[in-house]
Amino acid sequence: MALYNIFNIAGSALSANSVLLNTTASNMANANSVTSNTGDTYQAKHPVFATLYQNQRVSQSNLPGVQVTDIISSNAEPIRKHSPEHPMADEDGYIYMANINLVEEMANMITASRAYQTNLQVADTAKKLLQQTLKLGQ
Amino acid sequence: MAISIDKVMQYHETALLLRSKRSEVLASNIANANTPGYKAKDFDFSRALQEAQSSQQSSMVKTHQNHFGPSGVSDVSMKYIVPFQTGTGDGNSVDLPSQQTAFAQNALEYQMSMRFLNSKIKGMLSALKGE
Repeated sequence: MALYNIFNIAGSALSANSVLLNTTASNMANANSVTSNTGDTYQAKHPVFATLYQNQRVSQSNLPGVQVTDIISSNAEPIRKHSPEHPMADEDGYIYMANINLVEEMANMITASRAYQTNLQVADTAKKLLQQTLKLGQ
Repeated sequence: MAISIDKVMQYHETALLLRSKRSEVLASNIANANTPGYKAKDFDFSRALQEAQSSQQSSMVKTHQNHFGPSGVSDVSMKYIVPFQTGTGDGNSVDLPSQQTAFAQNALEYQMSMRFLNSKIKGMLSALKGE
């Protein structure tokens, strides 16, 4: 029954989008994190989405869900700021802040939450249709 | 007068199976709305229904294991959707609003088919009971 498969497909999209929501939350939370050297600075993390086939054979009737194949760290240079009075400042008086684009993160957050809502709606509709099908002939 | 239950149900049963298949296809498109490189798929419902009907009615016999059978409900001919707007940058061709509305419409049509099937069953039951 094809309707049961919707739970797998929509469920995979729910977990993938919650990963996106999680990384976005982590990036925004660390937007003002300060370190005393470039090596320890927080790097923005972004998940990579890819299609997920239920079985290996890729055919027409085999419909894919989504999976997160990797979480990549941004290679943007940390922001160097001269702030000698800061307790974390190095000997030259510099602190290093995570280079996070807050606008981009906000856009990702909206994308993730909308996609989550949509897929939840899809799973809910499939559930209702199945419940009605079970009552057929009663 | 002979009433064949199979004949009463047949049309709506096939329609119900095809609609549940289509809801799966649309759910897959919605799930992959943010996957880079994913191409949206769909199938033509009326054509798939015709093919499934003709495959049930035809009486061709397979006399060799390599003979092709007519396509049933399980393997509908899937097509890629021509993108509404080109060049979103990541090779994804899912237009989310159109897929959402198509999914909602398809769910309603599924309920409609079920309503028809239900009234068929109710009609048969009242004929059997003779009340």
